[in-house]
Amino acid sequence: MSTATLQRRPLVRKILAGADDNLLVIAGLGSSNWDITEAGDRPLNMPLWGGMGSTVPMGLGLALAQPTKRVLVITGDADLMMVVSALATVAAQQPDNLAICVLDNEKFGETGNQASHTSPRNNGPTNSGAGTDLAMIAQGCGIADTGTVRKESEVAGLVNDLRKKKGPVFRLVKVMVEKLEFVMPPQDGAHLKDRFRQALLGRA
Amino acid sequence: MNVATTVDWRDQIFEVFQDHDIKQVYHVPDAGHSRLIEACQKSNSIRTLALTTEEEALGLAAGAWLGGQRSVTLMQSSGVGNTINLMGLTKTLRFPFLTLITMRGEPGEFNSWQYPMGQGTPKVLEAMGVLVMSVDKADAVKQTVDHALRSAFNGGQAVAVLLRQKLIGIKDFGKKTA
Repeated sequence: MSTATLQRRPLVRKILAGADDNLLVIAGLGSSNWDITEAGDRPLNMPLWGGMGSTVPMGLGLALAQPTKRVLVITGDADLMMVVSALATVAAQQPDNLAICVLDNEKFGETGNQASHTSPRNNGPTNSGAGTDLAMIAQGCGIADTGTVRKESEVAGLVNDLRKKKGPVFRLVKVMVEKLEFVMPPQDGAHLKDRFRQALLGRA
Repeated sequence: MNVATTVDWRDQIFEVFQDHDIKQVYHVPDAGHSRLIEACQKSNSIRTLALTTEEEALGLAAGAWLGGQRSVTLMQSSGVGNTINLMGLTKTLRFPFLTLITMRGEPGEFNSWQYPMGQGTPKVLEAMGVLVMSVDKADAVKQTVDHALRSAFNGGQAVAVLLRQKLIGIKDFGKKTA
């Protein structure tokens, strides 16, 4: 049984409020993509439509290439689980400008809300997961600054940590299961990449 | 020791990396690439990242390119299979990608477990639209890698260079290890 009360859309709007040219955002496929787009599509957002498992590595490659910018990865629990060992690669590099925010609804949302591995174990025959704790995994991979956020009262601190605290920062946020409108950015990956580079580097 | 007479092809690859302003190099542990990996690790101008799986390289390379840096990925043929779905990112995002692949499972290979992926490597890369180049002679390595870098970063292609087992040497536990 999920006890999450945080709603992902207002949360992501707060995380991205006042985003300027110093904030580079990568979002994983599916809900996280629609979330950052609902908060306001911008050239320095890279919302993925596929490439499951590549979100954290993409944030790391970008953070190392742009050490003076803040890089924020926003993604779901299942995207991270697909190449969860990428957290160890992040820990090995210790990028001080990288923050990772995992929106964990304990479901495979895009395919019909089946229980994901982060769901509790004894949750009935069709809704049980493994009780996987991604913050603990991040800690075990060597990321020292990890935490789990469940309550509205913790959101202001979360936003500050993701936007400003010395990285690598990892935050797991338990969010509600909701049926939300799809808010879609452009789909053409080459266009998304080119507009990002144009805004950041002045050339596509 | 006469260093002037022979320049090792692995050292030539490192020189070509520097000529082409490579800033990030990704690798998994690999005996065939070990000398090149060490040269990159010692370099001040290259950030060298050890990966847990070759899959990470595609996201990393895309992220580096988004941030204006060039990367190269070093892997073994057995790792190619791990990358295939994410290799599609090179088409959807249309970003330059270069991987140098040390081959296993070619004629002479002693380990039967290496044959399936080794023999499948050029086929699956081609199926994903990767431009596949190949080199089996030491004196051709420098130019091949140079051309591959031009195709990737000037021509915007995803490119793989197969460093053939004939070039690297057939692994034989009786003669050498690792």
